[in-house]
Formats: sequence, structure tokens, C-alpha cells
Amino acid sequence: MNDQNTGLIEVEEGIKIVPGTNAILTTLDNVVNWGRKSSLWGMTFGLACCAIEMMTSGASHYDLDRFGIIFRASPRQSDVLIIAGTVTKKMAPIVRRVYDQMPEPRYVIAMGSCACTGNIYNTYAVVQGCDTFLPVDVYVPGCPPRPEALMDGIIKLQEKIAKEHLRWSRWR
Amino acid sequence: MGPLDIAEKIKDKFPGEIIEITPFRDQVSVSVKRDKVTAICRFLFDDPDIQMNYLSDLCGVDYSGRRLRFEVVYNLYSLKYRHAIRLKALIPEDDPSIDSVVSVWSGANWHERETYDMFGIVFKGHPDMRRILMPSDWEGFPLRKDYPLKGPETEYKGFEELKEMHTHDNEWKVKS
Repeated sequence: MNDQNTGLIEVEEGIKIVPGTNAILTTLDNVVNWGRKSSLWGMTFGLACCAIEMMTSGASHYDLDRFGIIFRASPRQSDVLIIAGTVTKKMAPIVRRVYDQMPEPRYVIAMGSCACTGNIYNTYAVVQGCDTFLPVDVYVPGCPPRPEALMDGIIKLQEKIAKEHLRWSRWR
Repeated sequence: MGPLDIAEKIKDKFPGEIIEITPFRDQVSVSVKRDKVTAICRFLFDDPDIQMNYLSDLCGVDYSGRRLRFEVVYNLYSLKYRHAIRLKALIPEDDPSIDSVVSVWSGANWHERETYDMFGIVFKGHPDMRRILMPSDWEGFPLRKDYPLKGPETEYKGFEELKEMHTHDNEWKVKS
């Protein structure tokens, strides 16, 4: 679509290119959010059987690399914490510490019924949903969720990141 | 030596201690009284033809309603002869205690602590009889049949503080 007055060409909503130059016009939010959502590095942190499905998603057949997701072995280098499995009350402080060690911006995906609600384990030792002690961004149901479901959750998180405005800024 | 032969050997050596010998699908369980369990285990470990030098597992069972309510099960294996036997010590409800076998297999240490933690069976002579899985101030023994599934009213140690931390998360206050 040509802008009659300026000659700018809108290639996508909110993104315009200047014809004849190597330049685009867009908002800072768009650029920053695009960068963040395109390289979500996940924390290598599995708790139970969902972790097996998470590994499957990361392996070559489903290949999370194509979303820019590389699993890192340190919370200091991670952007997203995937709670993959049943969180026991004994494990909860450790999960929380891993989250606290991650640098901002940081995101949490609750993967599977156990992480979302506690599932059938309504007992003395199991946390009834990891949102009782973590700020969860995306819930992925399933027992365990298939890799497609996890990928859908990740894409949902990317859509959420794309809409952010000053969420992680100093003035929030 | 087959497992039934081992059971016979135990019977010869400790005639008054055996309650029942149960063969099933080539596996043999020997139920014994709890009083001389350490001596029986020591015999099975030391005897040159048996040499049960590997304690595969040690766990507890709660047969709720039975007079001898609890059992401690020893799954024994010989790495030299590749034969196995299962030993079951029966324990009454009013005095849940048994002698420790840490002196025979030091690997029994944590297993006995876990059995104590989950069933409340005290192992006499154990070097370090504490809880191993649950917090030290926990009340009750979770794997007993009469234990309420959701546990006592008191919250798991440290979990309330964790939930309290969560209410201070900056992320929640943000409108995006």
C-alpha cells in the first residue's frame, strides 16, 4: 500500500519501508518485542514426565530451534522457564530460586496439567498449580501435552510478547 | 542354590523364627518374626553358599486391619551366585520397631530412614534415625493407610513463605 504523501510503503501493520533506501520505519516496541520473541532461550529444567515431551520438542523431529529456542543449562542465560511436570512442595523453593536467578525479561510456561493445577495429585506434598508461587504467562494443558501443544503454547507466548509495551521497563 | 533351598537353610538355622514360606512364580518370600531379623540377615550375608551381599531394596508395607499390621521387606540378591530371596519381617501395630540391618549392609541406612519417615517404623540400632524425605517437624507418617490424603492442617514447611514471596512479584502489577 502506497502512502500518497510520503511515498512510504507499509509492508506489515505498523512497519513501513522507505523506497529506494535500506531503511524501515516502525515503533521501538515492535523492534524490541520482535527481538525478544525470536530468541526465547529456554531453561533446561525438567521435573517429571512432561520433561520427556519437552526434550522431544527440542530434538530434531519437532525442532524448537526453528523458533529460536535453544535450551540453556544456566538460568542466567535463559529467558523462559518451562515448568515441565509435577511440582512438589519440597521442590517448589528450588523452582522459585531458578526463576529468581533468571534475568529479566523472563517468562514462565506451565506445561501439563500438574504444573497448571496439580492434576490428580491433590495431596499433602504436591503444589496445586505452580501459579501459586510463580507468575505464569502461558498454560499448556495435557497429560503430558504433545510437542505440538507445547509449540502452540510457545507461539502463544510469542504473540503475547509481541503485544508488550514497557512491561519490563524501569518505569513499569 | 535355588531360593527354596535358601529358605530351607534359614528354617534349619532359625527354626522358631519362620512364620511362613511362600513360593510364587520362582520367587520365594520368607515371613519371619522381627526379633532376630539382624541375625538372619547376618547369616544370609555370611554363609559361604548363600552370600546375599547385595540389598536390592528395603521397604515397608502397611496391611491395615491385620494384627501384625506392618511389614519390613528385604529384597536380597547375591552378586556371586545370582540368586535372590525376599525376607518379610512382621511388626505389630502397638510397637512399630525392628532391629536395624545397617551393620550388615550399610546401604540400608537411607532405606530404613525412608521406611521410618513413611511408616513410622523405628529401626533400633540405626546410627542416624531421622526423617529423610519430609521436613523434620512433620507430623504423621504419609504412607500409612489411615493417613489423610491431603495431610494435616499445617502447611508444608517453607511453602507459606514461598506463596508470600509471590505476592510481591512485580510482574503481576503490570498492565500490558
